[in-house]
Amino acid sequence: MLNPYELLKELTRLHGGSGDEDAVRDRLTEVIRPFVDELHTDATGNLIAFKKGTGSGPRVMLSAHMDEVSLMITHIADMGLLRFRTVGGIDPRILIGKRVLVGPDRLPGVIGTKPIHLQTAADRKNATKLKDLRIDIGANDKTQAENLVKLGDRAVFDYEPVEFGDNKLMAKGLDDRAGCAVLAWLLQERYTFDVYGCFTVQEEIGLRGAKTASFAVMPDYAIILEGTTCYDVPDTKEHLMSTWLGKGPALTIMDRAVISNRPLVDFIVETARQNGIPYQFKQTLSGGTDAGRIQGSGEGVKVATMAVPCRYIHTPVSVLDRGDFDAMRRLASATLKRLPELFGRT
Amino acid sequence: MELNDSLKVLCGLSAVTGREKGAASQIAALFEPLCDEVRTDAFGNVYASCRGEGRNPRTVLVTAHYDEIGLVVTGIEDSGFLRFAAMGGIDAKTLPAQEFTVFGREPLYGVIGAKPPHLVSAEEMEKVIPIDDLRIDIGYSGDEAKKRVRVGDVVGFRFPVIEMKNNRMASNAMDNRSGVAALLETLRLLKGLRHDDHVVVAATVQEELGLRGAVAAAFSTAPDLGIVVDVCHADMPDAPPDDQFPLGKGVAIAIGPIVHPARTKEVIELAKRERIPYQLDPEPGDTGTEAAALQVAREGIPTILLSIPCRYMHSTVETISLDDVRGTAQLAARFIAAGPWKEKEGGTTC
Repeated sequence: MLNPYELLKELTRLHGGSGDEDAVRDRLTEVIRPFVDELHTDATGNLIAFKKGTGSGPRVMLSAHMDEVSLMITHIADMGLLRFRTVGGIDPRILIGKRVLVGPDRLPGVIGTKPIHLQTAADRKNATKLKDLRIDIGANDKTQAENLVKLGDRAVFDYEPVEFGDNKLMAKGLDDRAGCAVLAWLLQERYTFDVYGCFTVQEEIGLRGAKTASFAVMPDYAIILEGTTCYDVPDTKEHLMSTWLGKGPALTIMDRAVISNRPLVDFIVETARQNGIPYQFKQTLSGGTDAGRIQGSGEGVKVATMAVPCRYIHTPVSVLDRGDFDAMRRLASATLKRLPELFGRT
Repeated sequence: MELNDSLKVLCGLSAVTGREKGAASQIAALFEPLCDEVRTDAFGNVYASCRGEGRNPRTVLVTAHYDEIGLVVTGIEDSGFLRFAAMGGIDAKTLPAQEFTVFGREPLYGVIGAKPPHLVSAEEMEKVIPIDDLRIDIGYSGDEAKKRVRVGDVVGFRFPVIEMKNNRMASNAMDNRSGVAALLETLRLLKGLRHDDHVVVAATVQEELGLRGAVAAAFSTAPDLGIVVDVCHADMPDAPPDDQFPLGKGVAIAIGPIVHPARTKEVIELAKRERIPYQLDPEPGDTGTEAAALQVAREGIPTILLSIPCRYMHSTVETISLDDVRGTAQLAARFIAAGPWKEKEGGTTC
């Protein structure tokens, strides 16, 4: 049996910036191959697994994205320092004092800042802008840097997972390796209906992989497994915390990309209640998931998103509660097992 | 142990300023094989002494502080998050999305996070998040956190040493473990050199809070000459050019009112003669280093200041060149062995 939590930790160690998800896809391919019926990688890089149902019924797509937020080298500047842009949404203020690995050779580098001793009063008040940040790989000068790094090379965060506190896990890329680990675990089971397990690419730059994956699958139902925003930190307005750590997986009613299928969401809530599994609703409408793309494919798909709350998402030090991760697994599994009941209703 | 290995060990120690105790014994252990005697004083300064072979030996004190900037817990929220204040010159910009060790009843992992960009307004993104608005997350409920952490516990950065191209290394503690590594290297080099004078190297405490350890070290060793090893700003974009000493281009030798003019001139001449790369560091003020404290300690101690160029000082990625650390140690060791000051009167003239 697959240990989903160990798989999660392992997956967060792999690097997979949007468009560069190979390492994550290769590992997931190895993991799920033994228990799926068909497996292929499509032209955009999505990994699509098929598992035949024991009976008949609608097609159900389960999806989780493999990519994580990262950086791209856009200019090699004087002194051999590297200018970069973000691939996906990153607040530039979190980049100062971080360690990264640059390019296919994973050259160690750091992102520095003008020291506090040399900052003007304005420097101290105003956030450093992305255009003023550089990655330092220790190159002596521009020529040496040009020999080590190419424009378009990726830089990824170099952070190892840490278990701490009361059942907490810190890791980079919990968004959405948490969903990937749950999806891999769910694929061990055989359901009465046909299941397509889609590990998608390029979610962080506009839900791109999900578009082709859902076109290929043309599902009737889709459940998107995610890591989502959470900022339950003191002094934050309660309704802007988005979700709370430790209160179970978060269900989306609506966000910037989708209005979830209400009967499907209600069915998931009913399942949670029947099984005594905690759940919560995401309180903010911010962000969007692959659900947005999948919903609009073909003649329309009934979608719902369930997500593990991740504090400090889109930073190299995101944090989840293992209880939430386990609850999401149980809720997804319980939902799938009784999903034919919903087919009967609609 | 090779210099890069000892620097890695030193950077792996946590010694938040004022609470350096945990690191003292490990620094003493690194000194032990390289000297005649090691001791630690009440303040936490760690001394390694090497006896001189001359008939009328004087005493040279070489200092490098081993404390580092950090945080101190000032409150525990009912939600379990920790409030904190800065210990030393912390830049608020360097704190979001960082890992820490909270020195509670047991060392605990902690993280300062950041609001997800999805929830940050464009206006908010322009501003530095004030330290008061940040919290440390140790992953416990309020009750559990209060059992494990007390107000006053210190918090150190948790950041691995990064080895980069051209012998460059980054760590949160290069200011001033790179200086302590230079002390180790100085001791190692002195084993192969004849020196008439007694040498005491001191890894000192509480520099970041106001040069406090060095004052005690000067009192306790009553030296005839002080050599201070610290870091200075290295080259980086957007910083004033006269505050930049390029990485890998050698030790920066301070010139200015607080360093002794004759000793400084001698050390520059020695660097030239021995072809040890160096840069001149004009310092009109008190430098903020231990040289300022040694100069006016006791009846006044002739002092020179040798600085290792360091990029991104007071961040988690303070970056130095190992070549500069090695050069600094070579210059210090040869200066001690050459002992040019012995020929001079009292040491007050240029």
